[in-house]
Parts: sequence; structure tokens; C-alpha cells
Amino acid sequence: MNDQLPAIIVLAPMFGALLVSLVGNRDHRICFPVALVSLVISMGAAIAATQQVFTSGPIDYFMGGWEKPLGIGIQLRIDALNSLVLLAIGTVSILVAFFSIRRVGEQNTEKTPQFYVLYLLLCVGLFGITITGDAFNLFVLIEISSLTSYGLVAMGSSRRGTHAAFNYVIMGTVGASFYLIGVGYLYMKTGSLNMMDIRTILASNAEVADSSAVTIAFLFILVGIWIKMAFFPLNGWLPNAYSYCPSSSACILAPLMTKVSVYVMIRVMISVFGLDWIFSNAGWSELVVWLAVIAIMAGSIFALAQREIKKMLCYLIVAEVGYMVGGAWLADDGWWGLTGSIYHILADAMMTLCLFLSAGIFARRFNAVEISDLEGLFKRAPWTSVGFVIGALAMIGVPPTCGFYSKFYLIRGGIDAGQWQFVAALLISSLVNAVLFFRIFEIAHFGNKPAEGHNQEDHSREKITPQDGPWTALVPLLTAAAIIILLGLFNGQIVELIRVALDDLPPMAANFK
Amino acid sequence: MMEEFLEHTLEPHFNFWIYVILMMIGLWAVIAKNNMIKKLIGLSIFQTAIILFYVSLGVKDHATIPILDHHAPAEESVEHGETDHGKPTEKTASSDHSQEKHHEAEAHAIDPDTMANPLPHVLMLTAIVVGVATLGVALALTQRIFKEFGSIEEDEILTIIKGGNADE
Repeated sequence: MNDQLPAIIVLAPMFGALLVSLVGNRDHRICFPVALVSLVISMGAAIAATQQVFTSGPIDYFMGGWEKPLGIGIQLRIDALNSLVLLAIGTVSILVAFFSIRRVGEQNTEKTPQFYVLYLLLCVGLFGITITGDAFNLFVLIEISSLTSYGLVAMGSSRRGTHAAFNYVIMGTVGASFYLIGVGYLYMKTGSLNMMDIRTILASNAEVADSSAVTIAFLFILVGIWIKMAFFPLNGWLPNAYSYCPSSSACILAPLMTKVSVYVMIRVMISVFGLDWIFSNAGWSELVVWLAVIAIMAGSIFALAQREIKKMLCYLIVAEVGYMVGGAWLADDGWWGLTGSIYHILADAMMTLCLFLSAGIFARRFNAVEISDLEGLFKRAPWTSVGFVIGALAMIGVPPTCGFYSKFYLIRGGIDAGQWQFVAALLISSLVNAVLFFRIFEIAHFGNKPAEGHNQEDHSREKITPQDGPWTALVPLLTAAAIIILLGLFNGQIVELIRVALDDLPPMAANFK
Repeated sequence: MMEEFLEHTLEPHFNFWIYVILMMIGLWAVIAKNNMIKKLIGLSIFQTAIILFYVSLGVKDHATIPILDHHAPAEESVEHGETDHGKPTEKTASSDHSQEKHHEAEAHAIDPDTMANPLPHVLMLTAIVVGVATLGVALALTQRIFKEFGSIEEDEILTIIKGGNADE
């Protein structure tokens, strides 16, 4: 049983999806329990696998028993890095499953089974992306998760959502195709698709590693993944797709899709090409960090200009992607930027989940789509507001939330690497977030017109009774908020776990300075 | 000059030139075309170009299809193939140890240069399936867009959205 953990993680949601599609149409009430059970099985396997990884080292699993040298077996590999991402995916998907119980029925009554089928297949894709050890298999799994997310985005009743989904299909497919071309060039040069094999070949054969085909492969793969993660200026598809889709789709896609793509980038950098190969090309690090700086600034400025809550959050995601890409490319001596970047994958998944869940509740309960609609909502929905405020404080970076610590590690990396533009961008973006969210706090707490609001407020205070969301929405929201704080409080231990993953990396200084 | 270009640059890499040209045509259609169906046609051309690229990777000069033929090279196995109709050759061979070894040796004696590399082709089967699925989803979306906006021209849809009467 223990040997099969990696397969169970991926297969449980897949069989869940099959089951839902078979019996879900007869009785819609069966969909959620099946989805929940299969996700819990996955999560349990992920926890067990994580334990195993941290006690006895990485787990290698070969699908169908085809061992490595044949080059046709699909390898699954769980190590310190991706076990943490697995846990994040498991947590988010279970929490959002609860949130979706009522929401799906309300938004699209006859499509409940379809929603859960897509939802589970999306989880299959994301889990698979995280643990696969095969470059081509990664493409297939990226496409599985993308195809399901196109469906999830287009499910809503909004016709702008349909249009956004179409643009998402086009951009997403071009991105995945770029990745595929990159893998093709890599295969041409190394003759292998297994990530670790490619890594060994590139490390041992200088002629292959220095060939322009490998450089081209890297660029294609990088640009392809950047499109998938909406790295500015390739972010065109994201804001509309995530803000006009049904809120339960937004809550699963926004925290996970971009973050898992960032993980893919880090995985490709570490396990396929190798950091020493990447950073021996002088100037790349600085160039990408500048791109990240531009992404952070652009995301923040666009977020300031938005009047809709969800759009604003979407542009914040664009800025956050900038943080993570920049951090991963800092190339400082102690890899603190990379550490911060990986930590931020976990932290940002939770922050985004928290904010999107509360935005979803606000939109549903109070029809609050624009920021100005939030007037006085803190009193009317106190618990939802607690979740929203904690998410927002984490986004700004207030201790002891996890947002503070990830920024701390990223800034430390930036200082160590001497890339001051990145440090400045992080600080400015934090300030912009503070402005954004405190403006919302003010509107939500005091109302739009404080000057003449006194009488109305007194008048209305009596009749206001809290009307929070249903427990199915509140429990996930408050759990996510609690995790944000826990991630922050236990940041030392988590960073230690991440450092285990980065342990065998060469120190920057030894190689190139 | 021209001849040299044809002989040294174009001819040996003919497939790759075509792949790049097709890819550019596809990308151009995706970016520049206004009509959504034309965009999708561009996308398909783009994906097909990648298939051509991969298939070209597996090509070798004077190589044949990569199917292992246990019967042909050694005479023994030809006999077996004839006597045991319907039975797989491996089964007969496993009854006799020396013959099994012989078979193994035969399998290892295959000269990879005589066969095209099958792996890229197999990968492309998967990629074709992915491409078909993407195209299906995209066409379904286009249909819905047409129902909701009454148009599949990008600029017309954008004016409808900008006109403020979206999401009625």
C-alpha cells in the first residue's frame, strides 16, 4: 500500500471523476460526497507520502513497473519540494469543495455533476503536474488541468465569462504548445524525456549543454510556462477569466493554477536544466528579475485602477506571480530568494483562497461586485470580514501572517544578490497593497460618505443583524485564514523543510562569482 | 549563393523549415485574425506544425518502421512460426531454454539505425488527442459566444462588451 502512494494521489480523484460522471446525473446529491471522499483519499496519501519523504528521502514510482533505462516508463517522483505543494493543492481543493456545495447548485443547477467531474479532473491534473518526473507527461497533465479549467471558467451564466474562456483557450494552448516545442528540442539533443536523465546528461555532457538547441529549448519552455502562470506581459487572459467565472471555479483556479505553474518553472529550473547551467548564462538572472520588477509594478498599478473587487484581486495575482518569478531568479548565494519563492507558493495559495472566498461570499450575499458596494459590510457579515481582513493583511505583509515572512525571505534574497530593484519593487507593491486594502477597509467599515453618514449609521445600527455566508462557505474561509496565520507562525519549520529540498543545490558563490 | 543555400541549409533541414513556416502562419492567424473560427484554424495549424517537428525528429535515412520481427532473420524461428500456427513464438521458445536465449540475443542484435525512432510518433499520438480536445472545447465555446453575442467577430464582441450591455 505504502509503495503505491504516488499513484493513489493521482488516481483517487480520477476514479472519483469517473464515478461522478456515471452516477451523478441520477442524483445530484451524490456528487459532493464522492468528490470529497476522493480528495480526502488523495490528501491522506499526500500526507503519508510527505511523512515518508521527510523521514526516508524522495519516493520514486514507475507507472506500470517500467523502470528507468527503457525511457518509456512514466516516473512519478515525490521529494521535499513537491510534497509541500501537494499538501497545498490538497488543502485548497478540499476547502473549495465545501464552498462549492451550495454555490454550484445555485449558479448552474443542472450542471452539478459536470462541475464536479471537471473539478476532480482539475485536481488530477494539478496533482499530476506536481509529482510527475517526465517532461512530456508534464505537458499532458498541464493540458488536462488547462482543459478542465477552460470548462470551469465557461460554466457561469455571464457571457463575458464565455468570451474570457475563449481567450484563455487560445493563450493557454499557445503556451502549452511552446512548452511542447521546448521539450522537443530537449529530446532532440538528449534523447530522453525523463527529467532526471536529462539533468544527468546536461550535467555530464558539456557539448550538449552548450548547444544552442538546449538554450532554445529552455527559452520555449520558459515562455510557455510564463503564459500559463500569467507572468506580465503574458497575463492577458487572467483577469477576465478569473473575475467573470462562477465563484467556486474562481476559488479553485485562482489559488492553484498560477502557483502550480510557478512550481513547474522552479522544477524545470532545478531538476531539468539545473541552476548552474541556467545562471552560467550571465545576465539572464538580472534580465528576468527586471521583468519580474515590471510585472510587480504593472500588477500593482492595474490593481489600483480597478473598481471591481475580483478584478483587483486578479491583478494582485499578476503582481504576486512577479514576486515568485523574481525570487526564483535572484541567484543569491544562499538561495534565499528561491526559498522565499517556494514559501510564497504556499502562502499565496492560501492568501488568494481567503480573498477569493470572501469576495465570493460578498458577491453572493450582498451583490457586492464593485469596491463601493462593500459599504458597511463589515458589520453585516462579521465572520466573512474576519477572513477577508486576514487575507488582506497577509497580502500587505503584516506579521504574523505568512505574507510578511515570504516577503522577508524574498527581500533577504534580493539584498544578498544585490538586486535592489527587486527589493524596491517588493516594498512599493506592499505599500500599494496597503493603500488598496485600507481603502476597502474604510469603505466596508465606515461606509462611503463618512461626513454625512453619522445619522444613517446610528439609525441603521439597530436593525442590522449579521448575515454571514452559510457554514459551508464560512468554515473553509476561516480555516484558510487560520492556515495563513499558522504558516506565518511556523515559518521557521516550513522554511527548514524547503531548505531540505534545496540542500543539494550548489552554492551560488562557488560557481560563478 | 542561392544554390549553396538550397543545398546546405534548406535541403537537409527541409522538414524543419516547413515546420517553422507553418508555425509562423498559425501564430499569425491566432494573433491577427478577427474571426474566432479563423483563430482556431490558426491554432490547429500551429499545433500541426509541432507534430511535423516531432515526427521529423524520429526520421532516419533508409530506416524502416520500428516493428520487431522475430521470424525473419533466423531460420529456426521461421520454422517455429510455420509449425505453430496461432501460437505466439515466445511461448514456444520459453519451453526451450537455448531457444529463448537465442531469441533474446536476436532482440538485442537489432540495429537501431535500420529503424525509425518510434517514441516521437507515440508522443504525437497523445499530442493529437490533446489538440482535438482543445479544438473541441474551443469550438463549443465559439458556438456559445455566437449564441450569446450574435457574432464571432472579435471586434464586434468587444464593442458589445464595451457598450455596457454585457451581462444583462
